[in-house]
Amino acid sequence: MGNRHPLFKPLVFVGGLSFGFGLGFSQMARPEVVLDFLQFEDFGLLFVMFGAAIVSGIGFTLIPRVRDAAPLTGDRYERRLKSFDRNVVIGGAIFGVGWGLSGICPGAAYASLGTGNISILWALAGMFTGAYAQGYWRSLSTSTERTPTSVD
Amino acid sequence: MLEHVPLVTAGLFPNGVSRYAVGGLFVGFGVLVIYVGTGIAAGASTFLESTLSYASEQSRFQQYVASRDWRVVFTLGIVLGGAVFAATVQSGLITTALYEAGSTGELYEAGGVTFWSTSIQPWRLFLGGIFVGIGTRVGKGCTSGHGVCGVGSASRTSIIGVMTFLLVAIATAQIVAGLGVSP
Repeated sequence: MGNRHPLFKPLVFVGGLSFGFGLGFSQMARPEVVLDFLQFEDFGLLFVMFGAAIVSGIGFTLIPRVRDAAPLTGDRYERRLKSFDRNVVIGGAIFGVGWGLSGICPGAAYASLGTGNISILWALAGMFTGAYAQGYWRSLSTSTERTPTSVD
Repeated sequence: MLEHVPLVTAGLFPNGVSRYAVGGLFVGFGVLVIYVGTGIAAGASTFLESTLSYASEQSRFQQYVASRDWRVVFTLGIVLGGAVFAATVQSGLITTALYEAGSTGELYEAGGVTFWSTSIQPWRLFLGGIFVGIGTRVGKGCTSGHGVCGVGSASRTSIIGVMTFLLVAIATAQIVAGLGVSP
């Protein structure tokens, strides 16, 4: 991890630029548009999420067949697979309450800040508060029970 | 028969589909670029915890020390990508029939750039943000990690995660709107 290719961070930055531009262009950086989807007034969000998933899915499927390891890290190409447990459902439901109340999710919040939406700092402050609260609580419970075996 | 199709889609997609599809392609391309170069399937919400590792010694955050630097770079890229969109398409510097501007929120000018601000009330953003911060981290991913990378990987865990947060978000938004909360 220490001696990564000098182009590692520039490439991540370029990927982030495209990601953020896409969230702006699709207006997912606007909570109102996400709420319109959740209230069945505009189903466009499905094109964003599945459009992006199809593009990444083609890459996740084809690239491992062409190459073994990524040029900038030497890491093996793998799919994004996480272990299933009840946390996936519990966390997903908690996230759903927040997403339905605010119309904003983490990536869209970062992009929204870039489009000039200063009010989104409220959402970012909330997200850091929530992430800290769960991390504080889970750090306590894992240190008293057992050492964590995370797959994240 | 075919002439009725636009009528149907206009109801489901009052702003058309091109801005969503094109935006989704840019989002997917960003994920793909990072994956091809690094093998990393990048999600947005881990940044919340990895960044807390700079300030907190909690084990839950310290596990992300190895990735926290590039996650900051990724997030700065996303913020700047939003700003590039504002300076180009939103400001009218680049005009394309693929972009439908809509009429949500407030536009304002600063330094020759057309910026945008939400009308959603701050308490909704803050309280919702707290739930998002807890839920995405407990649930192992958000709309990008599960929704784009996980679904793109055909991960059963991610598909269950996406179904869960979509259904709960729809129910929540409908209830909140039904209670008369607006904007």
